[in-house]
Amino acid sequence: MVLVQRGLSALKLEFYMTQLTMSAYYTLVALGLCLLMGYAGQVSMGQGGFFAIGGYSAAVLATTGFASWASLPAAILITGLVALVIGIPVLRLRGHYLAMATLAFGIIVLRVLLGTNVFGGADGLSDIPAFRLFAGLAITGKKALRVQNYYIAWGLVCAGLLTAINLVHSRVGRALRAIHGNEDAAAAMGVDVARFKLATFILSALYAGVGGACLAFFNGGIGPGEAGVMKSVRYVALVAAGGMGSLWGTLAVSTALTFLSLRGAFGVYDDAVFGAILVGIMLCAPQGIFSLLARRDGRGSPR
Amino acid sequence: MSRALLEVTGLHRWFGGLHVIDEVSFSCREGIVKAIIGPNGAGKTTLFNLIAGSLAPASGSILFDGRTTGGLPPHLIARRGISRTFQATRLFPRMSVLENVMVGRHVRTQGGFMAGMAGPAVTGRSERRTREACLAVLQELGAAELAGREAASLPFGRQRVVEIARALASEPRLLLLDEPACGLNPAETEDMGALIGRIRDRGITVLIVEHDMSLVMGVSDEVLVLSAGRMIAEGSPREVQADPLVVAVYLGEGDA
Amino acid sequence: MQATQLLQYLLAGIATGSVYAVVAIGFTVVYNATGIINFAQGEFLMLGGMIAISLAPMMPLPAAIAVAVLATGAAGVLLQIVFLSWLKNPAVLRMIIITIGLSILVREAGLHIWDEKVHALPFFSGDETSSLPVLGARISPQVLWVLFISAVMVIGLTLFFRSTLLGKAMRACASNPTAARLCGIRASTVVTLSFFLAAAMGALAGCAVSPLTQTQYDMGSSLAVKGFTCAVLGGLGSVPAAVAAGLVVGVLETASVSVLPLAYKDVVALGILLLILVLRPQGLFARTSAAPARPGG
Repeated sequence: MVLVQRGLSALKLEFYMTQLTMSAYYTLVALGLCLLMGYAGQVSMGQGGFFAIGGYSAAVLATTGFASWASLPAAILITGLVALVIGIPVLRLRGHYLAMATLAFGIIVLRVLLGTNVFGGADGLSDIPAFRLFAGLAITGKKALRVQNYYIAWGLVCAGLLTAINLVHSRVGRALRAIHGNEDAAAAMGVDVARFKLATFILSALYAGVGGACLAFFNGGIGPGEAGVMKSVRYVALVAAGGMGSLWGTLAVSTALTFLSLRGAFGVYDDAVFGAILVGIMLCAPQGIFSLLARRDGRGSPR
Repeated sequence: MSRALLEVTGLHRWFGGLHVIDEVSFSCREGIVKAIIGPNGAGKTTLFNLIAGSLAPASGSILFDGRTTGGLPPHLIARRGISRTFQATRLFPRMSVLENVMVGRHVRTQGGFMAGMAGPAVTGRSERRTREACLAVLQELGAAELAGREAASLPFGRQRVVEIARALASEPRLLLLDEPACGLNPAETEDMGALIGRIRDRGITVLIVEHDMSLVMGVSDEVLVLSAGRMIAEGSPREVQADPLVVAVYLGEGDA
Repeated sequence: MQATQLLQYLLAGIATGSVYAVVAIGFTVVYNATGIINFAQGEFLMLGGMIAISLAPMMPLPAAIAVAVLATGAAGVLLQIVFLSWLKNPAVLRMIIITIGLSILVREAGLHIWDEKVHALPFFSGDETSSLPVLGARISPQVLWVLFISAVMVIGLTLFFRSTLLGKAMRACASNPTAARLCGIRASTVVTLSFFLAAAMGALAGCAVSPLTQTQYDMGSSLAVKGFTCAVLGGLGSVPAAVAAGLVVGVLETASVSVLPLAYKDVVALGILLLILVLRPQGLFARTSAAPARPGG
């Protein structure tokens, strides 16, 4: 299915590829969040923060002469460490408190990025060199390598999706869904709730960090807006619209909406659209838009 | 074997100013069914929660198989071999019956995030074995045909059975059943009693909290009576039934 | 630090803090009546300010403010009725997402009805250069207005809850909805009223502070987060606690300018939020711990 998509687009209109590549990286964030929100049942309004941490780490390391091949893994490592440090205290919270805490985290990241010169303040960082992979492949915005980058991006998404699907169908996935279903019962059955929540939180942060770092290389720059509240809210909207527990749904919705948004299809109403999606979905179709279709088949009870 | 499976000594617990568990000490031999009874508010479920780890004792000790479990979190206690059900059935509503039971087997299975992400190549065999083991448990409880159904869609009585199946999936040595007959009609209660007997015959020690006297008298080997947080009697069902102190405490309760 | 500078910080901090306190009160009132944290709370200040600014050229300032307050109150009620009232026992996650979405919609509506520019109400008395001597420091009369209006609102609200039948009905609903319903108090009225109060108070505060901090379409979200910080600090329970918390945060934030670079000023409130959530989620003033005792059985 995804192969079809990749193939098709490669043949046609080349200039869409840039946005599609960018969409891939944003979709990666959404996938990670889907695991966290849909399966472990923990809300995070701060994924933008992790995206930015990944991107800025890579950018700073790459522009200050760090060994180029190491900057990407190092950025991912940094993101994971921050998630670990933040996650341990924050995941003890639930519901509103967790939402607000993660929101606060995102805003703190934003403020730090805006206020610190190393990170380029409001202009962000630019002139990030390409990230060289093997055999002449590189993650970069150069036109010549556009097709390759497209495949790299979507390859990463596929890898992320596959990993997530595997996880969901495993013992861990069951444990996560158990936690989401009833934390106390899960604990009584031997599930170390705190550890699983933390691990999933870190994993979703890593997804976001990878997306951020790669996008920084692809765009050759990164701005503080990535850590903004609106970005974090968008990821939540994408996951909610795709169906909280549905990785494929999230993939589809995220690809479509992010692409449209990047193309400017929503114009000045860009943010409003996502706000409307949030409200609309939660009011009418809390299981995601695809559940509306399923309901017409008469399958399952609308819960 | 002289050492009891479960030994509770000098247990105390307060809620605010209320002394809900007051100097409770008892032991439970392996392989029996022991019932904890008492009027409402006596502290029975609190005692359960203390043994199962959702609450920590203020003082006193709980020894399971010679090792201290008092104060340990629930998931570690589950790993030691104690499993439980809840008074208000707490199945995982949107998961299937089989998946619920498979979660019950969590402590008997391996495989963390890395293995999980790697996928069926790595976890396929253990997943299959888990599945088979859990289906077997469901089969023994006569609920195998429910395996694919969503847990929340089951009628109440069947949900209770599934919850027991889930608790059994971990092959516990001690099973804590919190009011297993709650909400069941007389016929279902009888079936429940028979089930508990079968569990005991498998070698699993069962501790139950119960109000339904017919169930208690019918299946327990030993009975412990709590009232206002204190133990007031312990012995065989017949001994306890005849104990004048117990009778006095139950006067006005009206269930026998 | 000299005494006058200290006093300056204190007064400015109290003024800022009183705005946060009003937002915190809004959160608290709605939470106590409905169990919902209304993320859109901050937007009410924006709405109030913007509406008043639009009306100000056409009518005397007090009238413009009054209309803005009522209109925003009505908007709050509208939000509640249209979006929230028909949900039965929704999951917490769903409510969070809905109110976040609503706050975005209100914000975007603000952007498109007005514009992205900064606006401000005229000063209530004097202008931006006037200042009054207070205990050796000089502050703008508007700061005194903010303090005065906030104090009036807080006192009014407290009296309302303590002494009027309707106020007591609201408190009853908050502590025991079933019993309240049995006594004939209609929960839906209480809910609607709580939204009205939260929105109207927010609007009034938004107007009062507009000459000082200006009004912009996106001012709501940072106010919401800071106001929530104060609400949590106050234990989401009582109005006086929220006020005290607001003042504390306001003063701390203002004073932080002397030790931290200006860019990090906003981080202070956020840092306080994270600290409180992690260390003592029930707030500074709550009497009992956050976890309810389980009944024995």
